[in-house]
Amino acid sequence: MDALAPATPVEHGPSLRQRLAARGFDAVTLLVVPAAIFSLLLFVYPFAFGFVLSFEPKAGGDWLANYKRFFSDPFLYDTIGNTLRLAIPVTLINLLLAVPIAFRVRLMRRQRLLTTILVLPITLGTVLVAEGLLNYLGPQGWFNRTLITFGLISQPLKLVHNYWGVFASLVITGFPFTFLLTLSYVTGIDPALEQAAATLGASAWQRFRHVYLPLLMPGFAITFCLSFVQAFSVFPSAVLLGEPAGVTRVISIAAATAAFEEYDYSMASAIAMIMGFVQLAIVVAVLASRGLFYRGPASGAKG
Amino acid sequence: MTIALSQFDEVRLDRVSRDFGALNALRDISLTIRRREFIALLGPSGCGKSTTLNCIAGLLPVTGGAIWLDKSRVDTLRPEERGFGMVFQNYALFPHLNVRQNIGFGLKMRGTPKAEIDRKVDEALNLVRLKGQENKLPGQLSGGQQQRVAIARAIVIEPPLVLMDEPLSNLDAKLRLEMRAEIRRIHNELGATTIYVTHDQDEALSLADRIVVLRDGVVRQVGTPKELYEAPSHLDVADFMGFRNKLKGRVVGAEGGRAVLDVEGARISGVARETLSAGATAFAAIRPDDLMVGEAGPNAIAVTVDTIEYRGREFVGTAHSAGGLDFVFRSHQPVEPGSQVHLRADDGRVLVFAEPIQGRQ
Amino acid sequence: MIRDTTLGSKLWAAAIWFLVGFFVINLFAMIATVVTSSFATRWLGTWLPVGFTTRWYSSAWSEFQLWDVLMVTFQVIAAVVFISGALGVTAAYALARREFAGKRLLILLFLLPLMIPPITFGIPLATVLYQTGLAGTFWGVVAANLVPTVPFVILVMIPFIEQIDPKIEAAARVFGANTFKLFVHVLLPLLLPGILAALLLVLVRTIAMFELTFLVAGPTSQTLVVALYYAVFAAGVRAVQSIDAMAVIYMVTTLVWLIIALRFVNPTQIVTRAKQQPAH
Repeated sequence: MDALAPATPVEHGPSLRQRLAARGFDAVTLLVVPAAIFSLLLFVYPFAFGFVLSFEPKAGGDWLANYKRFFSDPFLYDTIGNTLRLAIPVTLINLLLAVPIAFRVRLMRRQRLLTTILVLPITLGTVLVAEGLLNYLGPQGWFNRTLITFGLISQPLKLVHNYWGVFASLVITGFPFTFLLTLSYVTGIDPALEQAAATLGASAWQRFRHVYLPLLMPGFAITFCLSFVQAFSVFPSAVLLGEPAGVTRVISIAAATAAFEEYDYSMASAIAMIMGFVQLAIVVAVLASRGLFYRGPASGAKG
Repeated sequence: MTIALSQFDEVRLDRVSRDFGALNALRDISLTIRRREFIALLGPSGCGKSTTLNCIAGLLPVTGGAIWLDKSRVDTLRPEERGFGMVFQNYALFPHLNVRQNIGFGLKMRGTPKAEIDRKVDEALNLVRLKGQENKLPGQLSGGQQQRVAIARAIVIEPPLVLMDEPLSNLDAKLRLEMRAEIRRIHNELGATTIYVTHDQDEALSLADRIVVLRDGVVRQVGTPKELYEAPSHLDVADFMGFRNKLKGRVVGAEGGRAVLDVEGARISGVARETLSAGATAFAAIRPDDLMVGEAGPNAIAVTVDTIEYRGREFVGTAHSAGGLDFVFRSHQPVEPGSQVHLRADDGRVLVFAEPIQGRQ
Repeated sequence: MIRDTTLGSKLWAAAIWFLVGFFVINLFAMIATVVTSSFATRWLGTWLPVGFTTRWYSSAWSEFQLWDVLMVTFQVIAAVVFISGALGVTAAYALARREFAGKRLLILLFLLPLMIPPITFGIPLATVLYQTGLAGTFWGVVAANLVPTVPFVILVMIPFIEQIDPKIEAAARVFGANTFKLFVHVLLPLLLPGILAALLLVLVRTIAMFELTFLVAGPTSQTLVVALYYAVFAAGVRAVQSIDAMAVIYMVTTLVWLIIALRFVNPTQIVTRAKQQPAH
């Protein structure tokens, strides 16, 4: 805004203020400072602090002691496998379901009702979904009762306090998230491209394979990453709906246990760093493969 | 030229209709297009011309009537089964494919052998003069080049019919003239049967063998550019063809294809384009080019000049009459705004139309 | 759009609608289970409870000290909404209107807390807050919740501010508005719809934000969602219906704000950050 104020006459070349303004630094730019300081204090500093702390074991010993302990204790290192065994299938299923449904919903005129319904489990949050599923999927819950009534099963299925309970809760909260992201990518593609492909003789499958899929791959890669990262950090439902001492002892539980039961913040930080590293590795791997695909506007050139 | 176009005699639209809910976008459109013909669908926005094109392409199902390619019915086929080439308004080039892949897309979908695709694409590239650009992505091309790719992509599949949906509307004025000539040239070289949608009567007049004027989903007139330009059949068609002066008056005499109107006391005579009965309200339509400053007398009306603009060889002015009619006219010498003059037109250049029925007909 | 009418595509469509229907039915059945249970006198091994009562609500209200919890929740949310609005909108304005060295880096910095799940950065953050003594306090909870919400407001507001023509501000200057008047009479009214939408989204997300609050809250600074977690965690101590009554109260609090928010924003915005930011 100061750029618009009348310039004061300058006698000896441009002032510092003018030189800064020429590079984009003026009073308006300073407005970003409070948020930047905030972010440094509450995001960057804690992360750096946690990183350093993870190399200063509470019990003493050498600087890598926390990491050595993590990777030598199956009770700890198994949590990575436990988490991946939940997160990867859930993310893949959510994405594989979301794509065909998004292609169908894109043709709908009143999408808003469906998107509103799907936003419900996201806003209600994982804790409420866990509490709801505990009753609903329980041995006396409506789900098992319905299956028995239709004669599909004779004994109630065990769906809570095990892997499947957590799986179900991740689908209920994760699918809407994946779907809404996918839908925004799918509807972002100019429908004229599909029409053009159709007039050129491409069948429905060919239009998907040769037009939509290459244009959507980058979006799908981002959707996969965001959905995966959400599933990987599963926490309350793994405790409430799963078997937190067994198959659903996920990495967040290990971190929270170290921090709040053993008061070993050094170990907790180390686990958080490992968790961040695994997420980052998978995200980088997926996004790197994105480089193989077309990236750019998906709206039919300049139009 | 080995880009050969499929052999057929005519495309026939037989009372084609299309409803969107309660709205009739198209009503009973019947039209026969002969081989090698260039047809322009002309009309204001919302007249149904793009809907007609989309129905022919199969992108919109028709809700009544049929479309025939000689003896075979095509309106029940899916768009990919019809094999018509289409050029879209925003080109709809595949942004992830280069020029060569874009042009070859239709052939690839048909499972054409690679060598033949290459040969045909090369030929199409030559035809639209894009040699040397074949490895660029659409985003790296100018608007005119994108347009050429879109045309090449549509004709390389050797379609019986090429459909063009306002293909020049995204280009600037200079490029539009250039591409218009280019479309003409390609049509002359290939003789592809073409249906061309536009709202610009200049484009339609210069490109088409025949023009179809649509309004409110109904065909108003079909004819050669000359017929439409000189003898529009209705007042709204005349309006579209540049008859900007519409003088409302009362019929005082009508016989033998001629009519005399009483317009604010002045007698205006002209060619009757519709059946007129004495005493009825009617309109005399005159092009600005045919309305000149002149003497009082037959076919002249007194007006007050509002504005006058210099246009090089002559002047163009606006004026109004005592009864509140507005005029656009031409003059060889400057006229003072505010002055009283008489505007005159030859009776052979005046067309007389009945009053249009209000609302949708 | 092209709609196929062949048998194969109809079957395909039917299969897809079946999946959607299955998901939606289970979702509503799950919610209905919670609501039914909260009004049940006794519900064991039958389709529906033996009888209905509202007494679980009063018992949940006193057992879980819901009045205190609700008060804390609303105070936390109000503070988070207000502070993230003030910090976020000003920063977004600078980022939308100026090009400067390090701007991309700064945007990346604001993008990270939204990409990294709360539990990952929450543990080091909680560690720092425990060391400074802020953890367990009201302001500790507020600070932790602000970490993702400030960047969220910034990223929602940048495109919104960018689409306002800077010439409007120039025109106000030309007609003699000083910075303050410019802000109050020109910018604020123009930005208000965007700010409202961004802050409503922050509100809805903060009510349901479990992880960060869980990691830093003490007994007197718990929000509703954390209290609910502890109640479910310690199930067996209290009657199931009592916990479900609390869950219903939580649902109502969330849904009221969700309905208000949906009047101003598109549902997809709750998931995505406004328009997808181009990947940096």
